[in-house]
Amino acid sequence: MDAFTTPLLAGTATGALLLIAALGLALTFGQMGVINMAHGEFLMAGAYTTYLTQQVVTNTDVSILVALPAAFLVAGSLGLLLEVAIISWMYRRPLDTLLVTVGVSLLLQQLAKDVFGAQGDPVQTPGWLDGFIDVFGYHWPYRQMFTILLAVAALVGLGLLLKYTAYGRQIRATVQNRDLAETMGVSTRTIDRVTFFVGSGLAGVGGVAVSLISGTNPNLGTTYIISAFLVVVAGGLGQLKGTVIAAFAVGIVTAFFTDWFSSSMAQVFTFALVVIFLQLKPQGLFTVRTRGLA
Amino acid sequence: MKNVQKWGRTWGPLLAIALVAIALLVVAPAVLSPFRLNNLGKYVCWAIAGVGIGLAWGRGGMLVMGQGVFFGLGGYAMAMHLKLEASMATGGPDAVPDFMVLYGDGTMPGWWEPFRSGPFTLFAIVVVPAVVAAILGFAIFKRRVKGAYFAILTQALAVAFATLLIATIQQTGGFNGLNQFTLFFGYNLYDPVNKKMIYSIAAAVLVVCLVVVWQLYRSRFGELLVATRDAEERVRFLGHDPANIKLAAFVVAAVMASIGGALFTPITGIISPSDVDATASIFLIAGVALGGRALLLGPALGAIAVGFGQTTLSESFPDQWTYGLGLLFIIVILCFPAGLGNAWSQVTTRFRRSEAVS
Repeated sequence: MDAFTTPLLAGTATGALLLIAALGLALTFGQMGVINMAHGEFLMAGAYTTYLTQQVVTNTDVSILVALPAAFLVAGSLGLLLEVAIISWMYRRPLDTLLVTVGVSLLLQQLAKDVFGAQGDPVQTPGWLDGFIDVFGYHWPYRQMFTILLAVAALVGLGLLLKYTAYGRQIRATVQNRDLAETMGVSTRTIDRVTFFVGSGLAGVGGVAVSLISGTNPNLGTTYIISAFLVVVAGGLGQLKGTVIAAFAVGIVTAFFTDWFSSSMAQVFTFALVVIFLQLKPQGLFTVRTRGLA
Repeated sequence: MKNVQKWGRTWGPLLAIALVAIALLVVAPAVLSPFRLNNLGKYVCWAIAGVGIGLAWGRGGMLVMGQGVFFGLGGYAMAMHLKLEASMATGGPDAVPDFMVLYGDGTMPGWWEPFRSGPFTLFAIVVVPAVVAAILGFAIFKRRVKGAYFAILTQALAVAFATLLIATIQQTGGFNGLNQFTLFFGYNLYDPVNKKMIYSIAAAVLVVCLVVVWQLYRSRFGELLVATRDAEERVRFLGHDPANIKLAAFVVAAVMASIGGALFTPITGIISPSDVDATASIFLIAGVALGGRALLLGPALGAIAVGFGQTTLSESFPDQWTYGLGLLFIIVILCFPAGLGNAWSQVTTRFRRSEAVS
């Protein structure tokens, strides 16, 4: 039983982390066709925000609660800055945004190295997250459950935003048909900025969860970005449910492969599985049907 | 006058390649110190891979972000042979590379065995990447996966490849990679004359690759490739299969990257996962973007320039090079998407356009 529950529960937590990271990516990719390679660095920004909050608010029980909104704001502002300064100039060249954001990601990584040092800093786990429950012999840490709760909260929050607010309606309209939305009086530029802010902010929240597991690290973004992109590719664009299913599938499958072989083989096998999966569903799990050819 | 123009369009590129050949093969060995020449050899290897990227990305529109994998396949194939050559020179025909004794139980995996043979190694350097690229490309292009999806998949491949190399320390040397070679197909690697010879081989291969893509760009295939890049659906409606066209370009690019990697190994004396991972692949793209992805000479000259920039910058400011690379991506892609080789015409077009508006 242990050999089954351990990868399943740990994989669910990894999947939850991937989900938080992939939500923002799927949102910006689906709406604007922008591939933000610097998204992983927003995750990193969230982790460093957690670290800095702990320096200011020394009571670790409280500081994590302060860090959550702070990380959202910091990462979101970074995203907004990126959108205004660079990406808004190149909406007609989606593939090129990929390379420009690669440059941004290199800059941010080096900046983190210079400011915080190459070693990375530890983040204290608050007392109320320091513990585990026993599930069929597996000591399931509260931290992993916290990550899952965070992912669910992010998902529900985003779902409510998209479904019930005016901004959400406008976002959905822009995703479905940008030109038509514009004709109906939606300012798609403003909407793009809102989307970028929210998507990047979610990455910051994910960074808080990452920092609890592995502390901060200048290369933290690169470890998650590729898996998060594979989730987006496998999940398909335009609908959140594809991303959700793909995130947990990738997380759990990788955990099982890690358990059976090794973590490096797990990466190779997961990649192979995604390529094979794309043979069956080239557009990912779910897509918004259009009459366009592309 | 018209005849001169026509002649220039046909043979001008070949003349430019000839100038590059003279610069690399005649001028550089005469002017540069052995150390600088060896460095130039390293950039030339990146340039060989860059020419392939220019073909796949510039002309074919496929953003290949994992060329490090193919660079690594060639580099590691060559490194395995050189490692065995070095071991056999000291320990007899059944010798096993030193690191396998150090980290493992001193037995050699069976797939290393054929690399004792030089001809097999050369064969593998061309065929292995071609087969890998063909299988991957077939799976991706036939299902019409393209654009960003393709770019992400190739980058994921590079990440997986590097992770695999680091994890298999007993078979591939792990994080340290393969190094400490002494012989290159019987020639002593420490002899300056032989180092010069390997440089000349690399430079000659680059010139050959340039001639190959020049011919490809002139051919019907080159036309079809550009057509596929610009309007894939129209090409399909005309009765061609875009997947096959892209597949061919992808395979040629992979083989070029592999040859570049194979020459990189004896020139630098080491190949390690950091030479072939996702960051290294992005580094390869930087040169192509800088020089001009769709131009004939742009990718090669851009790769050499970026290599030169890296060495110069990291000699004076060791940690600041990453800022340079990051800024290069942002500025070049944002302001000169067609590369510096096209900068003048881009500026004049913009100027003319703004004139027309006002």
